[in-house]
Amino acid sequence: MLQLISLLVENKPGALLRVTGLLSARGYNIESLTVARTLDPELSRMSIVVDIEPSQRGQLIKQMNKLINVLQASDLSEAPAVRRELVLLRVRSNMQNRTAILKEAEIFGARAVDSSVEGFALEATGDPEKLDEFIDVMRSYGEIDVTRSGLVAVSLESKKLKLAPPVKKDLEVETTT
Amino acid sequence: MSATAPTAPKTGTLMSGAKMLLECLAREKVEVIFGYPGGVTLPLYDAIYDHPIKHILVRHEENASFAAEGFARATGKVGVCCATSGPGATNLVTGLVDAMMDSIPIVAITGQVSTKLIGSDAFQEADTFGITRSCTKHNFLVKKLADLPQAVHEAFHIAATGRPGPVLVDIPKDVFQAQAHYTPVSAIHLPGYKVYTEGHAGQIRRAAQLIWESKRPMVYAGGGVLAAGASADLREFVERIDAPAVTTLMGLGALPSNHPNFVSMPGMHGSYAANMGMTETDLIIALGVRFDDRVTGRLSAFAPHAKVIHVDIDPAEIGKNRAADVPIVGDVKKVLEKLNQALAETADQKERNRAARSQWWAQIKAWQREHPLEPEISSEEIKPQHLVSEIDRLSGGEAIVCSDVGQHQMWGAQFIRFNHPRLWINSGGLGAMGFGLPAAIGAQFARPDKLVFALCGDGGFQMSIPELATLANHALPIKVIVMNNGYLGMVRQWQELFYNNRLCAVQLDSFPDPEKLAGAYGFKGRTVESPRELRGALEAAVREPGPYLLNVRVSPFENVYPMVPAGGAINEMVLGPPQPVEAA
Repeated sequence: MLQLISLLVENKPGALLRVTGLLSARGYNIESLTVARTLDPELSRMSIVVDIEPSQRGQLIKQMNKLINVLQASDLSEAPAVRRELVLLRVRSNMQNRTAILKEAEIFGARAVDSSVEGFALEATGDPEKLDEFIDVMRSYGEIDVTRSGLVAVSLESKKLKLAPPVKKDLEVETTT
Repeated sequence: MSATAPTAPKTGTLMSGAKMLLECLAREKVEVIFGYPGGVTLPLYDAIYDHPIKHILVRHEENASFAAEGFARATGKVGVCCATSGPGATNLVTGLVDAMMDSIPIVAITGQVSTKLIGSDAFQEADTFGITRSCTKHNFLVKKLADLPQAVHEAFHIAATGRPGPVLVDIPKDVFQAQAHYTPVSAIHLPGYKVYTEGHAGQIRRAAQLIWESKRPMVYAGGGVLAAGASADLREFVERIDAPAVTTLMGLGALPSNHPNFVSMPGMHGSYAANMGMTETDLIIALGVRFDDRVTGRLSAFAPHAKVIHVDIDPAEIGKNRAADVPIVGDVKKVLEKLNQALAETADQKERNRAARSQWWAQIKAWQREHPLEPEISSEEIKPQHLVSEIDRLSGGEAIVCSDVGQHQMWGAQFIRFNHPRLWINSGGLGAMGFGLPAAIGAQFARPDKLVFALCGDGGFQMSIPELATLANHALPIKVIVMNNGYLGMVRQWQELFYNNRLCAVQLDSFPDPEKLAGAYGFKGRTVESPRELRGALEAAVREPGPYLLNVRVSPFENVYPMVPAGGAINEMVLGPPQPVEAA
């Protein structure tokens, strides 16, 4: 079963390694993973889709929350959230099909981002199933190349971000010699 | 010996990275570093040269990590080890995993090649940060000297707080060499590092209620009780509710072995009474434990009638293997303090199940009588159980016993009493052979006042022989007891029982003459083979002011019982060897 995890992580070297290492150590395959900075440049948002037994979902979130660089891990699989994926698709076509392709793209809410005599580059966003259909349809017009972003998600619940406060360190050196 | 810097440098003093590291270690009150130098740590060792911190040169980096663990396990303080880049760092890995599995606070300092060389396959370069990511609680690669003090103090903070564990700080050579103005760190800010210590008040009240309602309660205490320093609270708790208590392999000593409520260890080689108790109980009060497979046996058959109160500081442990009816995330000490308070306030309920409780105790005692843990003793050969019970007699529940891994470890756990916490030191979760002797070195440096035994099998001992030099070097009065059956006994036991007795690669011939071996390092050693001489030989070893190597030839084919076969339920114990069938 696919689980969608949203992570708020410190933007530090190795943070991604810790997250993916946690998954690979348990033999979970990553279906998709996106990561980019948040409004605060010191933090990144990761959206991860993994194939996992439903019984293991809670455990995985707890383990993610244990990572020092992870500020918050949430399971968005069933939570109120908007989930979207971006697909960039290049389709080669002959001159006769050009209008039909653009019409079809319009149905999927896609738009042309590049046009040449060989065909179009199209951009579409949506949920993964809709994008699957979009890709299938475009394939019927000719040879295609596809890059998918993987799922990104934003929670619709305002979950309070709990952070650990700074800890004062009493590191005075004893004056005894 | 004071481990602090002779003069506290003023804020802003210009110093090298190496000196700055030592300054940070002194501020963390580090007394001793177990280490092994190398190319990229030369600047560090040059700074150690005239620094008061004690550095103990081990003979292999793996043993530096085990010794740091031994120090940490004996004291609860953070143990420190140090190794160079590449092979030095990779040799630390087993100790790091071991500390991870048993939640032991250690900080490992490793040298790294200079920042400009990182990623160029330089001499003795290894991706230490990547390699140790999965075997540390957290790790750091310090690429700028300005980040060093913060990283070091964060490392100690992470290692020692919450669920303790190993933390590694990887420091490139040029960072050791660079000069900068040192400003002491005044605060640690790790916003993602959340530690919940207090325990939920409502759940604690519910726990108290369940405890009074229970007719057959069982306390299941583990290493978390030791980590939290909660032994006195555990004792109060157990007495307050008058429940039988088992402690895991990691928790031995959390409740004194001579305490009337102490039943023994449960699990694969646990006692009959402990395993029957865990099976028949209606309420498990799990304190700082993780329902490890070696304790639960077949999970689906484990404690089938029991509700579970689970207290642990690590939220991920709760519900991981066994669902908890009352989950309490918190420091075991703080939770027990509050739980004891809640129980005191509701003490009028104590009489509720008086009859059922006394029946339960009668049942536990009956199980103990039915199949007691009793050492086999023979007049012809030294039985391994005989050896551990003689160690027990000499210790009287007071000595530190650092065990290696295998049959001797299980017999030690079954028969040696520990009347205080932090006396039984062993590699529980990882089961790393070669642990016992270097851990004993760390423990003896931590507790010079204590009698320390290193209890090894002949297999594990041969992994640790180089450290005899460290014993000799520092005249450490460790008593190295080799339970020598000429086999990798635990593997042989499984080949015997589950692989049709097809013994493969388990016979250990050519054991060195212990008298010559110890003599080569300048201390005494001998072999004892006769049961009549055993007691005298052990007493002589203990009387010896310095190190002593006692090689004890035990009966070669003895197996550890009771035994729960892998995948079995813990009440399905094999209680002893198959009896020979009488010829008709």
